[in-house]
Amino acid sequence: MSDQPVDYHPMWAELGLDLPMHDALLEAVGGMYGATFMSQTNRPEGMGYLDFVMSEVHGLRIKELHDFRKAGGKVVGTYCLYVPEELIRAAGAWSVGICAGAEWAYDEVEQILPRNTCALIKSMVGFKLGKVCPYLEEADLLIGETTCDGKKKAYEELGKLQNLHVLELPQMKREKDLAFWRSELVDLVATLEELTGKKVTAESLKVAIKEVNDKRRALQRVNAARAADPAPISGLDSLLAVQVAFYDDVPRFTQMMNALADELEKRAADGVGAAAKGAKRVLITGTPMALPNWKLHELVEKAGGVVVGEEMCTGSRYYEKLVDEDATTIDEMLDGIAAKYLDINCACFTPNEGRIDDVIRMAKELGADGVIDYSLQFCGLYEIESTSVDAAVREADLPVLKITTDYSAEDVGQLATRIEAFLEML
Amino acid sequence: MRVLGLDIGSRSVDAVWVEDGRIVDWAVADSGFDPGSAAAVFVDRGAHDAIVSTGYGRHGARERFGGTAVTEITAYGVGAARLFPHASSVLDIGGQDTKVISLGPGGKVTDFEMNDKCAAGTGKFLEVMARALGFTLEEMAEQGIAASTGVSISSMCTVFAESEVTGLVHRGEDRSRIARGLHESIAKRTLGSLKRVRAQGPLVFAGGVAKNPAMVALISEGFAGEVLVPAEAQIVGAYGAALSFER
Repeated sequence: MSDQPVDYHPMWAELGLDLPMHDALLEAVGGMYGATFMSQTNRPEGMGYLDFVMSEVHGLRIKELHDFRKAGGKVVGTYCLYVPEELIRAAGAWSVGICAGAEWAYDEVEQILPRNTCALIKSMVGFKLGKVCPYLEEADLLIGETTCDGKKKAYEELGKLQNLHVLELPQMKREKDLAFWRSELVDLVATLEELTGKKVTAESLKVAIKEVNDKRRALQRVNAARAADPAPISGLDSLLAVQVAFYDDVPRFTQMMNALADELEKRAADGVGAAAKGAKRVLITGTPMALPNWKLHELVEKAGGVVVGEEMCTGSRYYEKLVDEDATTIDEMLDGIAAKYLDINCACFTPNEGRIDDVIRMAKELGADGVIDYSLQFCGLYEIESTSVDAAVREADLPVLKITTDYSAEDVGQLATRIEAFLEML
Repeated sequence: MRVLGLDIGSRSVDAVWVEDGRIVDWAVADSGFDPGSAAAVFVDRGAHDAIVSTGYGRHGARERFGGTAVTEITAYGVGAARLFPHASSVLDIGGQDTKVISLGPGGKVTDFEMNDKCAAGTGKFLEVMARALGFTLEEMAEQGIAASTGVSISSMCTVFAESEVTGLVHRGEDRSRIARGLHESIAKRTLGSLKRVRAQGPLVFAGGVAKNPAMVALISEGFAGEVLVPAEAQIVGAYGAALSFER
């Protein structure tokens, strides 16, 4: 590595980014990262890797994607964890989760989406309209999904601007839904094969299943270590690990996370914590926190608490379940993939009782003192499901704090008071 | 050991000096544009051995004067439970926040709810509406009690409600009935929050708005249990903060 910082502006220009705005975004995110992450104390050494990845978030990683595409490779952008990364990899493409975790170009977004659309969807469209996301511009294909009405309709707008394939996700989990979902995956395979010009084979799919499972296993280890008191890693750092999992190189990330897990297991055994022993422990459940949305974790941990788990798409739902590895034929593998993905417990399903079981089980396993039920404003699915989730959590004798917010900073004063009061109550 | 409890709110800075759990002195000042300096006047009296701050400005106060800080939720819970040991819940309507708190044994907070980012239904709301009606806060409360029926006010947003009130005034609606309608709409919203935290009586109604007789009457009428209003409703937070020192 040379000492001279690389100037990526020519690459960004090639991608058609709005350079002055993109510079402003990078500066803002860099500033947030410094203030939020680098001010933490007693961090595990293994976080150095994620610090480096974040410092090169639009640099080195984009260069990798850029070089891959120049050599004929294809990049596929996704917005949701129902999109099977295994299929993308088996077709020879790379999968990148497109982040949608900051307010950007809302003035333009609100010309095509109503103001009362959730922050995630507005951000998703804003990054495209504002031309500030190099991942989006590197994507040869975007895969959307019908997880909620807002996303479903927003994809129609996004599809006018970029090559897009939409997966239809069922809303129930019956046998016939599983069969339908599997047929959607078969169609996706055909789309991907056409994109890359490569066949998905039993061999390539088997390798992809193993690689992605290994990534999940590494994250499972990182997160299991959080059960220790003191917690060996902060909630912020753990959240970041899952956020990065969506777009980093799979084998490299797996290796680094296993190294981090080794360190965390040792810290846990030695009683070394990122938070103080006895710090109030919080489990967060709810809507995903896309990069760079660190608002809630930062508030909890600045108030002296520690987040010990996330029952959310940027959390346990991403890594907890594995695809069956014993299948030998493509058909069997597709069965396994369809079953695993349909088994994720998102509020877009009805009923969604599995989520309640997950929340209570995780709270017990991780020794949580309380649960924060987090929802982005205007996410009807999660805001309504709060009623049954919160009742079940109280039933299990755990205090719960319900928070509805967005990406803006306008409510942080009030949120800080509520979160501090919640921690004082525990 | 004398502890100074400071409640630095959006509208007032309240100070209570506490010794052995008893209030030995108290004072209230307007927050103005510099609440820290308003608080400094109390600190400069030097009549304390320790300070605990609460309210909106608690962190600033802790940095400036030392000592510790607790949230208003904990402070109001502790203060109300000491004043009324049999209390089961607390309602605090302040300058820009409304809090409802359920208390467990020993005054421990078991659940709470607080308004989000807007000042709907708080003291600030009443101030803006009084101005729109050409009343002082006291006059608006008196008129509200005097009117037998209220005009229904549909907006809870301070800005929208102000337009709504202006519209009603222009249509020639009776100001007293509007005044009553405004108090009723806050009471309705507040009673809804109390239900959500499953608040049981006796309920301690504290905070600056508890000095408003129209609000006290409407909350007492709508709440299923007994409603208790401390003699000095505004200083419960500062008192609770001081008492938190022992904990």
